[in-house]
Amino acid sequence: MTNSSESFGKKSLQTTVLPILAIVVFALLGQGLEVITNQYVQLVLLYVCANIIFAVSLNLVNGFTGQFSIGHAGFMAVGAYVSAYLSTSVVTQPGFFDFIWFAIAGGLVAAADGYVGGLPSLRLRGDYLAIVTLGFGEIIRVVLLNMPAVGGARGLGGIPRPAQIELGDFILTPFYLGYLQSIFWVIVTLVVLWRLVHSVHGRTFLSVREDEIAAQAMGINTTSVKVRAFVIAAFFAGIAGSVFAHSAQYLIPQTFAFTKSVDAIIMVVLGGMGSITGSVFAAVVVTLLPEFVLRPLADYTGVDLRMVIYSLALILFMIARPQGIFGTREINDLWRRK
Amino acid sequence: MSDLTQEFIQHVINGVSLGSIYALIALGYTMVYGILQLINFAHSEVYMVGAFAAYYGARHLGLNNSPGITTLIILLVFAMVVCSVLGVTIERFAYRPLRKAPKLNILITAIGVSLLLQYSGQIIFGADPKVFPNVLDDSVLAMIGTVELRTFDIAILGVSLFFTAVLTWMIQYTKIGKAMRAVSTNHVVASLMGINVDRVISFTFIIGSSLAGVGAVLVGMKYPKIDPLMGTLIGLKAFVAAVLGGIGSLGGAVLGGVLMGLSEEMVVAYLSSTYRDAFAFGLLILILIFRPAGLLGKASQEKV
Repeated sequence: MTNSSESFGKKSLQTTVLPILAIVVFALLGQGLEVITNQYVQLVLLYVCANIIFAVSLNLVNGFTGQFSIGHAGFMAVGAYVSAYLSTSVVTQPGFFDFIWFAIAGGLVAAADGYVGGLPSLRLRGDYLAIVTLGFGEIIRVVLLNMPAVGGARGLGGIPRPAQIELGDFILTPFYLGYLQSIFWVIVTLVVLWRLVHSVHGRTFLSVREDEIAAQAMGINTTSVKVRAFVIAAFFAGIAGSVFAHSAQYLIPQTFAFTKSVDAIIMVVLGGMGSITGSVFAAVVVTLLPEFVLRPLADYTGVDLRMVIYSLALILFMIARPQGIFGTREINDLWRRK
Repeated sequence: MSDLTQEFIQHVINGVSLGSIYALIALGYTMVYGILQLINFAHSEVYMVGAFAAYYGARHLGLNNSPGITTLIILLVFAMVVCSVLGVTIERFAYRPLRKAPKLNILITAIGVSLLLQYSGQIIFGADPKVFPNVLDDSVLAMIGTVELRTFDIAILGVSLFFTAVLTWMIQYTKIGKAMRAVSTNHVVASLMGINVDRVISFTFIIGSSLAGVGAVLVGMKYPKIDPLMGTLIGLKAFVAAVLGGIGSLGGAVLGGVLMGLSEEMVVAYLSSTYRDAFAFGLLILILIFRPAGLLGKASQEKV
């Protein structure tokens, strides 16, 4: 970076031009998907969006800040239930733009939860932190299980997607509108987190990961940095929950059990802890693989090997390539001038 | 004695009996943590495999319906052997290659091993629950007022006490116990003193895993429904018990286990059974915030 105008150009490219371009491209792509895919494939695509947000948000804590949260599904559950509750019981017949507020509300409540859970527990290190986050996630699930207002163990059904919009002869279907929202949130998450980890605040996250004691010696309040990372991650996990809720249209607390957190950990670890594009890549693969490769395989062999393969992959990766597929690199490092 | 006191005493008996099972499993967590500073997530799955080992062992040996002390002992030994082989295998192939890797990587591996065993278990044993063989006749041994002392509770308490005593003796008075204590204090210095650290670690896994096998048979005896996911919750609770007592401390694991069993029984009896699992985690979070070293643990200062 030689002068400020060049740096400004790069920043505006990253924060406005590319994202808008991406939204337009995916919006056009969505019309095509609408035609050539069936409902099942469409649902899987929406799950991919939710999982990308979920995995990237966890990467902020586990990858960039070097902490180890294994209860991230709890925050997703909070976001999902808040958003679902607002859209079923509070607002009747929500319009297209109401869904954005639902997602933000879900994210904010999840972030508040992250603050409550994070403030005391982030003073702990390593494995203790892992266990506390696990406990916190489980507590959220048990509380939801005992909440009659959101259906308890029976689950919460009838969660709407945006109602279809008619523009003359041209009809925007609920799937397409839901897809647009999901893509919108994926892009927002990626841009915000990308800019965040490449900013001064991002450097403090990295410094805590690299050496907490040295960071402290440089005058960084490590607990507050960790809590900040945790709260931001919880916010986006809540957004992911909202996207998930309006895609699945039905929620039960069991969805957000420990295995959901493990899914996110697998994505972050395989993609590379500390690589946003790595998490995106892993989220796409880990979501698509079981649906389009392992499910036919399971039908063929009669046994469901999905989790066996994942857990084996986790172990083998830790032994042979602990940094994951991408390591801490991003995809653009491939073509960036050295 | 009033009815309320008698009811209370009955709950205490049930709680201690449940707690001593937690204690046995918690000992496995605490020993491995003491030596490797690793939360062995796979421990709860070793326990699960122990239950299935006893189940298939009993079927194979034709002990399915011959309750008695001999059956109990045979099944205990069988489960212990299978569990220790599994424990050592896990250590050898999953943890040992990572001995010098960052702690986080080993933790992730442990989660991976745990998932692998859970889901392979579902494929091999089938996901539906199985009925554990009839190990002992459950009869009332003594009645004090309406308070019942049942065979199961006595057997569980007796077996747990026996193994805790053996373990304490082994750690305190044998050569290998001394080596274990040395390795847990400082494994570099211990290896300079001629201790084979890898062997001590393997031995720790043998002991911890066989205690999990004992716990599995006792749980199977009392709650005779076993399935491949049975380890998750009880494993977490035993871990909470280990942290409560002070992880790394053997006495702490026993104390934590009993406290955990008692408090859980009391929550179910006097508050609400639906919040039973949330309670364990709530307790854990409170301990970690106010006394991270646990009740009997020593607080250690992080050094540069």
